[in-house]
Amino acid sequence: MDFEINETQTELVDGIRRLCEGEFPLDVVRARESTERAIDRDGWQTLGDAGVFGLCLAEEAGGVGLGLAEGALVFEELGRSLIPGPLVATHLAAGLVEGAAEGTAVVGLVERPRPSASSTALPIVIEHLADLDVLLVLSDAGIERIDNPAATLDARLLPRPMDPLTPVWALASLPTGEPIAGPDVAAWWRRDGAVLTAALQVGMAQWSCDLAVDYAKGRVQFGRPIGGFQAIKHLCADMVVRAEVARCAVQSAAVTVDQPEVGDPDVAAAGAKLLADEAAVTNGRSCIQVHGGMGFTWEVPAHLAYKRARVLSTSFGTAHDLAEALAQSLVV
Amino acid sequence: MDLRYSDAEQAFRADLRTWLEATLPTLPPKPDPNDWPGRRAYDTHWQRLLFDAGYAGVDWPTEGGGRGASAIEELIFKEELERAHAPYVGVNFVGLLHAGPTIIAEGTPEQKARFLPAILQGEDVWCQGFSEPNAGSDLASMRTRAVRDGDDYVITGQKIWTSHAEVADHCELLVRTGPEDSRHRGITWLILPMDAPGVDIRPLSTIAGSNEFAELFLDEVRVPVTNRVGEENDGWRVTMVTLSFERGTAFVGDLLEAFELLSTSVTLAQRTGAWDDVGTRREAGHIKAELDALWALTRRNVSQAARTGIPGQGGTYFKLAYSETRHKLGEFSLGLLERAGLAAHDVEGLDDAGVLPAQTVVEDWLRGISLTIAAGTSQIQRNIVGERILGLPKEPQSQKG
Repeated sequence: MDFEINETQTELVDGIRRLCEGEFPLDVVRARESTERAIDRDGWQTLGDAGVFGLCLAEEAGGVGLGLAEGALVFEELGRSLIPGPLVATHLAAGLVEGAAEGTAVVGLVERPRPSASSTALPIVIEHLADLDVLLVLSDAGIERIDNPAATLDARLLPRPMDPLTPVWALASLPTGEPIAGPDVAAWWRRDGAVLTAALQVGMAQWSCDLAVDYAKGRVQFGRPIGGFQAIKHLCADMVVRAEVARCAVQSAAVTVDQPEVGDPDVAAAGAKLLADEAAVTNGRSCIQVHGGMGFTWEVPAHLAYKRARVLSTSFGTAHDLAEALAQSLVV
Repeated sequence: MDLRYSDAEQAFRADLRTWLEATLPTLPPKPDPNDWPGRRAYDTHWQRLLFDAGYAGVDWPTEGGGRGASAIEELIFKEELERAHAPYVGVNFVGLLHAGPTIIAEGTPEQKARFLPAILQGEDVWCQGFSEPNAGSDLASMRTRAVRDGDDYVITGQKIWTSHAEVADHCELLVRTGPEDSRHRGITWLILPMDAPGVDIRPLSTIAGSNEFAELFLDEVRVPVTNRVGEENDGWRVTMVTLSFERGTAFVGDLLEAFELLSTSVTLAQRTGAWDDVGTRREAGHIKAELDALWALTRRNVSQAARTGIPGQGGTYFKLAYSETRHKLGEFSLGLLERAGLAAHDVEGLDDAGVLPAQTVVEDWLRGISLTIAAGTSQIQRNIVGERILGLPKEPQSQKG
């Protein structure tokens, strides 16, 4: 047993981090804020060329052939750079939708709502619709495909999206798409999608922590850097602990998917997503708080991770669903 | 990242499991929790059994008479002992985890020969005399004074939180040998024989009603200079050396016990109908996620220690997070008992088949409070994380040292 990141994995992480810092610095990412198209197709292609989307696809199918453990490490780095777009959906679609693995196609995903008897149905909300080549619809029964969804669907662009880098569209009902996979694939997509989304959240939880600590060292009040005050120091300490605990949960879940003999991959994935969502949202909030009034301005990027964390916590399992799934695992 | 155990690690586990299955049924009945001589006899007997089977000091280096197991084997050892409900380290705690490792690292050949085998064989029991009424979080401000007089130190002062003092043979004692304001630079590490004239022990009751703590009053107690470990005024460094023996496994038994408490709580909730409530289920699911994450963090910490030989920062992360989760679990279990949890006494009908004994739940809930206080309060731990890991400016007090 050795749960440390090995040398090959460290090289992979370093490589992706350098790529993100070079190609996706924050000012480049922010340049597309509050537009209909938050995804830079050249950047998407760069991610495809680097193997981000085909990472876990078998080599004989044209992928890199690595495990979900490596996938989680790479996605943590993508999260740390706040790269927008359906990264997880396109990664899952590699091998199933042409161009997904290579980064030539942007593939989105939406959950088909379960039938409900309630009188008021909430709208179906689709992210990044204008950028999508293919929209996949996920349900327990399997996966359906809708090509060129912006032209096909009668969806309305919602003004002022919560996350300025995640434009959203609403529609009342989803048409039936072309079925491309059955319930087994849907089940593992839910599990792997939860782990990879959780990895993005860990990256953002760490990003929020780093930004807060940096600010706390430089900002002087009462003649001292505010990070010297326990009220601020302890907020920061809690942030790094939260990120680290969630990171261990996510990496352990990813390894459990790769090595199912060591545990229950579904339970591990649910726990990882639950804690990573919490870590990203709570650290996002704390980061704003450490910045004080400046944290409430649009200019300071603290709000971006907080808002994205909220976006990601709505897909591949909400807190309530995940906690319920974990509870069921306790019943013997 | 590999969570699978190697063939050698699996063999170690299998041998240990076989031995535990054969040995545990031979143990005498557990003594009453407040019968200290009985507890000493029980715990030291267990230690002797471990010694005879080659499992004493499993994590001690071989030069100290230990097994020299890897951090991974140590994890397996603690996991198997907890799974089999083997006795806890009990009164052997200070000897095996603090005093012994310190003497291995810093003791003279005579001290090693005199004290180490007796710890491993369950002959000697140790206690710890570090904290003082006015030196808690700020340990370096301690005032218990040792003055050199010929071949002896003459010690006067007061220590507190000295667990198992009543049944201990020796105490690892920190004393002030430098000037009053010398802080870390004027402390010496001594071995105090507990039967020396002038040692007065007064038990201290905890909020859980147990008597495991004591106050230690020292009135001109004479300790030979040959009982000094390390140099005079170098005791702070000597104390810190012990920390490097901690390889991330300190809470393994505790954590596995928490999994078990969660599981029995769920069984109770199913029987009483509380499980039909979605709020109850979500709370349980959430605690499950946290315990699983803490288990993953433990494996990360142990893997780091196995590679580098030194513990990373993970131990501090673990303690901060675990103490909160454990308290949440305590509240959850106690809530399920409703008014049956108003006494630390098992209620008829609830304690059958080991569902959820009220005594365990109430005691555990109270004990959970100590986790955010003992061995460095959560507030001090957050200072450590903020300053040593995140590099934030230091507290004014700690700059003096």
